[in-house]
Amino acid sequence: MSGPSTYEPKTGFTRWLDKRLPIARLGWDSFVDFPTPRNLNYWWTFGGILAVCLMIQILTGIVLAMHYVPHIDYSCASVERIDRDVNFGWLLRNSHANGASMFFLAVYLHMLRGLYYGSYKAPRELLWILGVVIYLLMMAAAFLGYVLPWGQMSFWGAMVITNLFGALPVVGTPVTEWLWGGFSVGNATLNRFFSLHYLIPFLIAGVVGLHIWALHVPGNNNPTGLTVKTGADTLPFHPYYTVKDGFAIVVFLIIFAFFVFYWPDALGHADNYVEADALVTPAHIVPEWYLLPFYAILRAVPDKLGGVILMFGAIGVLFILPWLDTSRVRSMRYRPMGRWFFLFFVIACLGLGWVGAELPDNKVPVLGVLGLDFLWMGRILTLYYFGYFLVVLPLLGLVEKPAERPASIERSVLGKDTFGAAAPVAALAE
Amino acid sequence: MKIIQRLLVAAVGVLALAVPTAWAAGEYYKPNKHVWSWEGPFGTYDRGELQRGFLVYQQVCSACHGMEQLHLRNLGEQGGPFYLAEYPNANDNPIVRAIAAEYIVEDGPDEFGDMFERPGRPSDRFPYPYANQAQGRAANGGAYPPDFSVIVKARKQGPEYIRSLLLGYDYEPPDDLEVRPGNYYNPYFPGGLLAMAPQLQDDLIEYPDGAPATREQMAHDVVTFLAWASEPHMEARKRMGLMVMIYLLALAGLLYAAYRQVWSNVKH
Repeated sequence: MSGPSTYEPKTGFTRWLDKRLPIARLGWDSFVDFPTPRNLNYWWTFGGILAVCLMIQILTGIVLAMHYVPHIDYSCASVERIDRDVNFGWLLRNSHANGASMFFLAVYLHMLRGLYYGSYKAPRELLWILGVVIYLLMMAAAFLGYVLPWGQMSFWGAMVITNLFGALPVVGTPVTEWLWGGFSVGNATLNRFFSLHYLIPFLIAGVVGLHIWALHVPGNNNPTGLTVKTGADTLPFHPYYTVKDGFAIVVFLIIFAFFVFYWPDALGHADNYVEADALVTPAHIVPEWYLLPFYAILRAVPDKLGGVILMFGAIGVLFILPWLDTSRVRSMRYRPMGRWFFLFFVIACLGLGWVGAELPDNKVPVLGVLGLDFLWMGRILTLYYFGYFLVVLPLLGLVEKPAERPASIERSVLGKDTFGAAAPVAALAE
Repeated sequence: MKIIQRLLVAAVGVLALAVPTAWAAGEYYKPNKHVWSWEGPFGTYDRGELQRGFLVYQQVCSACHGMEQLHLRNLGEQGGPFYLAEYPNANDNPIVRAIAAEYIVEDGPDEFGDMFERPGRPSDRFPYPYANQAQGRAANGGAYPPDFSVIVKARKQGPEYIRSLLLGYDYEPPDDLEVRPGNYYNPYFPGGLLAMAPQLQDDLIEYPDGAPATREQMAHDVVTFLAWASEPHMEARKRMGLMVMIYLLALAGLLYAAYRQVWSNVKH
């Protein structure tokens, strides 16, 4: 897509097709000949991994939906029936439930890679924003899906999250009741959540299409953050990146399979095997691990509306990130100060995840001696989370002196002495 | 330097004082560690333990705890306590048929619209001890005995927790805890007070295989049975896992070799 098409239809049928619907040309230009920077490292394989995750979720989900009953009296039992009596139902359910966690694991690494190498900067702002839209949709799908087994955490998780909308001024109560389809989380809620849970993955697939489209116009960013200048900077996507992505996908699937086959309930919560009971509140309501940082941000604010605003703001800030970062340099590789702030940002995100899993009043191990409880730890880390985007990135670009960067991607790979030694033109001809 | 050293010593001292109080604040005990036959990537349920555990459930637990999600046929399905290779269809399994026939279940309505009673069949669900939750509560001083279908998965550290709970009645309650009649002190239970009386005593039941029916043995066996009930396909899961892992590792090796081959002529 970037550059003229090199596709040549070889048979009568493909020539006929190419004049009418050049879909083979699109596939060739996008996934075979597509010029890709030659220096991409393994952090760039998560795009392909995420595509596989989405397909696994959709395929297992469609079959699970054939057996699942969205009714508060039968939902729990139907999930157990899937585990016990449906042929390979245990495999489908384990794959789908753990698949959500794997999906988020991959998306977080994908996003951190984008943050580190400055993949959100011009000309890839829309690519990044579409990615944030996908991430938002993923969170919605994951939350809705978690409600479906109608266990204790399903029910009380739904209660906590839907009640957040009650914090909105004036429209809070009507909006919450509209979401519930009644005056509490009930059967109507479960039904609409199932319907929406089935809808959202297809919305994600659509936005993924736009995401890939937006990627294929400017082309991939790369670890140096330098713009592709000549053909010598790139390699054709196939076979170089199909084989590299393929290897990474299989390694990822090994981790995936480890959880599915050997530790299927490790990432879930025991309470969700207890059927929902509106009269019994679990001792400790926690979301799934991938939403814990946002839960920590929500609880960092004593005011409910403030907490909700901050929680959504934590994602909202990602939308304007391309215009917050003032540095001319994309890659943190050449930002001696920026990379430290980035490292602390990663630590802050992990720390927020930890805070989200603990009770706010509990003392932090070791640091508890100084009187630090999880509430205050959450507040400090929340401050850093927003500070990174709203203060550090805007100001750092003005004061930081970037390290020396190579002249081109090709130079960074080949070194100055061996310039032109292995031109990819030869590789292209193969 | 001296000052830093002293500060460090002081910090360690404060930590040493603070940590035990933090631990003591926990209201109940952590479950005791225990070794199970089904642990690890190759662990399987021991048939003897499963069969004895079923006996404990049937003769002791089932008086109060139902297993709504289980059918009697499950006992004879692959991976179950009474699976026989010559009866792949558990409905034909003579042991399971005999177990089922011991129960009287309500069926119907018949052609006159009346419910009637008949001996159980493998296709029946496990008989439930109560007609409804209210009846279960009324029969147990207001506390509903939880369903056992997925009890091992529905508790944190399920197997260890349930075993510790069953054997955990021998402790003196703390002075500030009032144990009212109908409640029993058990430090493994959140809050320390539960409505279930101690159930297991030595030689409470007789094992047909001659195994000594000690409290520890019965607790071990019934937890094994409940673990199977919570996840009857565990053995199939691990068997398939092994095949999948071998396949994926081989594929990863091949792809890595292909990757090295493809990239061998390109600097990157």
